Amino acid sequence: MSQTLEGLAAIVNEVAGTPIEDITAEKSFVDDLDIDSLSMVEVVMACEDKFGVSIPDGEVKNLRTVGDAVAYIDAQS
Amino acid sequence: MPTLNSVPVRVGSRVLSTGSYRPDQIVTNDDVAGLIDSSDEWIRERSGIVERRRCAPGESVTDMAVAAGAKAIAKSGIAPELISMVLVATVTHPYQTPAAAPEVAFRLGAINAAGADLGAACAGFCYSLGLADSMIRSGAAEYVLVIGVEKFTDFVSPTDRGTAFIFGDGAGAALVGPSDHTGVGPTLWGADGEQKDLITMSQSWSEYRLEPRDEFPYVQMSGQQVFRWAVSEVPKIAMRTLEASGVTVNDLTAFIPHQANMRITDAVVRALKLPEHVVVGRDIETTGNTSAASIPLALDRLRQADQLPSGGLALLIGFGAGLVYASQVIELP
Repeated sequence: MSQTLEGLAAIVNEVAGTPIEDITAEKSFVDDLDIDSLSMVEVVMACEDKFGVSIPDGEVKNLRTVGDAVAYIDAQS
Repeated sequence: MPTLNSVPVRVGSRVLSTGSYRPDQIVTNDDVAGLIDSSDEWIRERSGIVERRRCAPGESVTDMAVAAGAKAIAKSGIAPELISMVLVATVTHPYQTPAAAPEVAFRLGAINAAGADLGAACAGFCYSLGLADSMIRSGAAEYVLVIGVEKFTDFVSPTDRGTAFIFGDGAGAALVGPSDHTGVGPTLWGADGEQKDLITMSQSWSEYRLEPRDEFPYVQMSGQQVFRWAVSEVPKIAMRTLEASGVTVNDLTAFIPHQANMRITDAVVRALKLPEHVVVGRDIETTGNTSAASIPLALDRLRQADQLPSGGLALLIGFGAGLVYASQVIELP
């Protein structure tokens, strides 16, 4: 597990209560992890804090899966 | 050159009493879900709302304001003739002119009062309370009746998925008067007009006149962006307000934020690390979001339930369309 994926999994676990082991790169936030639009905002804000990146509102809709988010964060940091 | 007189200033002001009015008709989530292809469960999860109130046909913003204002006046024991100013915070009074306040003052017997409306959306009550405190301390007014009132039934589209389930109707009031100590702490307020489009009308009146659409202009909201702004900024504003008043979260009896969305309240409560003993206003569950009316409605309900001992401190914070915000710590009546 990459460091980014590990950190993101901890955030998703805190926001939605999803077990850490279920949070893998191919999972869709909405369809698999029970993250609704408002929870997604909380995930994004927590990522900004944790990884020191900026994820603008317009970008959020492109982050469909956990892997999308990890790739975006890694490219930024 | 003649010199101008000035009036004596006062040490402080405080909230003397509160009153509220909730229309009789209860609208459940099932009642609104059909037209927005939603469900009771979806609405509860996204907003914490279970039901909201709706005005009867013919029941107006001024009717609700008078009902709430009359209760606040009665509980204060202050004669309505002594009220110097009636401030009505609203964005849903359906007359361009005249304002609601003069009619409300007249119907309440506040025959010596000035009256004006204040349009600061969901921050309207805290804006008006801040003005009332300033007016009383400056000597410009003695007793000020502050009313937050909204009838969103007139300005919400029942088919708009972002807002149809959120807003409700209602009114809340507070009578504010002179005090020998500070009963309303410093008001922290601000505006960010760059974000004016996050919560706005679908059309302006002038656009509607030139090019009428099928639907009357209604409130639209970019929910996700508003949520992000609120969750990130409201805790910071709240902390600055506490600091300005010289108190901490441990000194609070209650936290009564604008009832925008239960998820926002939950996130702000977490961010502020409120101690267990602080009572949190969660009136949205049965009232929906009533914009300027939400804080006084929540405050009055908690007081009626004997959850707020007199003399305790409550942190109020309003935030919404504009974007605007206002916040203060008050001593509970």
